[in-house]
Amino acid sequence: MTTTTAPPTPPRTRPRPSPGARRARIRRWLPGLLLLSPSLIVLAVFVYGLIGWTAKLSLSDEHDALGNKGFVGLSNFVALFTEDINGRFTHSLKNLLIFTVVFMVGALLMGVLWAFLLERGVRGEGFFRAVYLFPMAVSFVASGVVWRWLMNSGTGDQAGGLNRIFHDLHLGFLENPWWTDPDWGMAAMALPAIWQLAGYVMALFLSGFRGIPAELREAAAMDGASTYQLYRHVIFPQLTPTALSAMIILGHMSMKMFDLIMSVSGAQWITEVPAVYVWQTLLTSDYAKAAAISIILLLLIALVIVPYLIYNNRVERRS
Amino acid sequence: MRSRTRTAVAAAGMALALLASGCGADDGDGGAGSKKVEVFTWWADGGEKAGLDGLVAQFKTDCAQYEFVNGAVAGGAGSNAKQVLASRLQQSDPPDTFQAHAGAELSDYIKAGQIEDLSAQYKEWGLDSAFPKGLVDSLTVDGKIYSVPANIHRANVLWGNKSVLSKAGITAPATTLPEFFTQLDTLKAKGVATPLALGKDWTQQMLFEAVLISKLGPEKFSGLWTGQTDWAGADITDAINDYKKLLSYSNKDRDTFDWTDAEKLVMEGKAAYQLMGDWEAADLDAKGFKDYNYSVFPGNGDAYQWLADSFVLPKNAKNPEGTKCWLKTLGSAAGQKAFNTKKGSIPARTDANATDYPAYQQAAIADWAKGKPVPSCPHGSACSQGWQGAVASAQGKFSSDGDVAALQSALVAAAKQYAGK
Repeated sequence: MTTTTAPPTPPRTRPRPSPGARRARIRRWLPGLLLLSPSLIVLAVFVYGLIGWTAKLSLSDEHDALGNKGFVGLSNFVALFTEDINGRFTHSLKNLLIFTVVFMVGALLMGVLWAFLLERGVRGEGFFRAVYLFPMAVSFVASGVVWRWLMNSGTGDQAGGLNRIFHDLHLGFLENPWWTDPDWGMAAMALPAIWQLAGYVMALFLSGFRGIPAELREAAAMDGASTYQLYRHVIFPQLTPTALSAMIILGHMSMKMFDLIMSVSGAQWITEVPAVYVWQTLLTSDYAKAAAISIILLLLIALVIVPYLIYNNRVERRS
Repeated sequence: MRSRTRTAVAAAGMALALLASGCGADDGDGGAGSKKVEVFTWWADGGEKAGLDGLVAQFKTDCAQYEFVNGAVAGGAGSNAKQVLASRLQQSDPPDTFQAHAGAELSDYIKAGQIEDLSAQYKEWGLDSAFPKGLVDSLTVDGKIYSVPANIHRANVLWGNKSVLSKAGITAPATTLPEFFTQLDTLKAKGVATPLALGKDWTQQMLFEAVLISKLGPEKFSGLWTGQTDWAGADITDAINDYKKLLSYSNKDRDTFDWTDAEKLVMEGKAAYQLMGDWEAADLDAKGFKDYNYSVFPGNGDAYQWLADSFVLPKNAKNPEGTKCWLKTLGSAAGQKAFNTKKGSIPARTDANATDYPAYQQAAIADWAKGKPVPSCPHGSACSQGWQGAVASAQGKFSSDGDVAALQSALVAAAKQYAGK
């Protein structure tokens, strides 16, 4: 993320600096500021300016193409939780929660497991690393289209995709409705995401493992630590920052999830998450409502990102 | 020291250049008084593209002084196009004319003052007498008409696989809902796994509306969209229950299906019936499937649930005279023939020569002339886009949980929120 470095203002305590000294000081920070200014201006306009514009829109009553009629305070936000037909917004939040939990737990478990196995020194490590990491190179749209077919919800003679395989292997009890299940469909929707991101988590952890100096392991071995004790008390504690980064990255990706869901199920009730809802609302020209949902989504992501940034800043300052 | 200053100046210059390039992107398109007519549609392929091409050919002869510019935006049954259009209208940079479903879907544009009144042109071109009165009435908002329909589609048509039906001993189409249920039971008993093929939200919306028409009759059904019929009524509850029963005859994976997937079930003989608009005729013909029959949805009688693609004259269009020439061609007998024989719909004009059209359309033209027009919400003739979205979402929920009371209260809430807006 960007940290804006404010130009150091001349300390006020010093009495009247000579013109020459002032010029020297300006020469120190001005070129830097000028070099930074294009990106600062672009950021200010296109990121923070537009966030501000969206926030303003979310407080207005621009519910159709007619345009803005006035300021309505927080009523758009309240309406999302109280008046939305069928509790559509809370339903989309519930979907998002299930998706996020399953996706994060799944990707972390798989990633750590793979990293652990590779770290133990498997033959052909490079090959496996590439195989596991490769799905990340595929776009969510492309994998979504394939997974849409794999997770075909037909059963019995109409089965396709994975259900077909289960059916042909006489494992009929494994056939299931996948993402069309009204309660746990979103857990199935997380499968493609896990498949894509677990390799990335593996790469993060692998580099985490590699970053631990060999001396520490040797020292532990000298002290007579068992393999379990070595991992439990020496290696894993050192991986906390890695785990935290992985969780933040997965978490914010999950909250913004749109393309995968659109290509697996399309926009519909069962799999609707806030990002898809924003799009649906925009299609009906309800700009204020779409802006309100976007702001809530932004706040949710900020809840995850901001503590991480603060933590990171603190760590950097300490070192 | 010198070099520092130079760096600073260079940096400042770069910043300025960046800003300037950000602001100055909007020149280019030729000047005013151009001969170009940009026609904005989502007809980018298939029968729709063929229809548009036919129309363009006619435009080239009728309006030789103008040049057609294709502004088609592909994909998503118009959802992508609507996004692009909305932003262009907001920036007051409209195309010369754009496609929109005729009827209530236009209301947003009308209220926003984004499209022009065409009543005078209707008189001048004789369209007010060429189109049936029922259609002209639905197009009229506060005494003004804002769009020229290119075609008429019918939504409430039941398509059947002939051999599947005859194997089950069904020879004639059902004319009432109870009779239809008996047929579906028979089909099920004869081992047809999916007597009624169905797709996702909007196709479910269509099926539900067909049941509503059967239950309420055309007048009361139309009243649902104008506030004259109460969505909370017991007859609606009744209709929802019947609709729920219909869902039990349909494929369980309906929410994963588009209408063409459901159509495929019928073509493969896995399903017997499908309710779909009459674009299915052109599609079945194009796919070379001949073993089908069609009838109006059981209990709908002569209700003709219509939907129409229409074109408008946006405010601030760059070439309004060219647009008018396009609209005139579109409304003319020759233009409607050129378009509809290819697209698989029927002309909105009542003076069309039925023998120019394939078999299904001949029947549809006859029905259109004597039927009672009723509008459709999923296809924009009955309700605004917001209403449409709310109903589609409620319908999707009902498909997964079958909660009758929740569907009805959602429909009541949607009507309250969007009716008369």
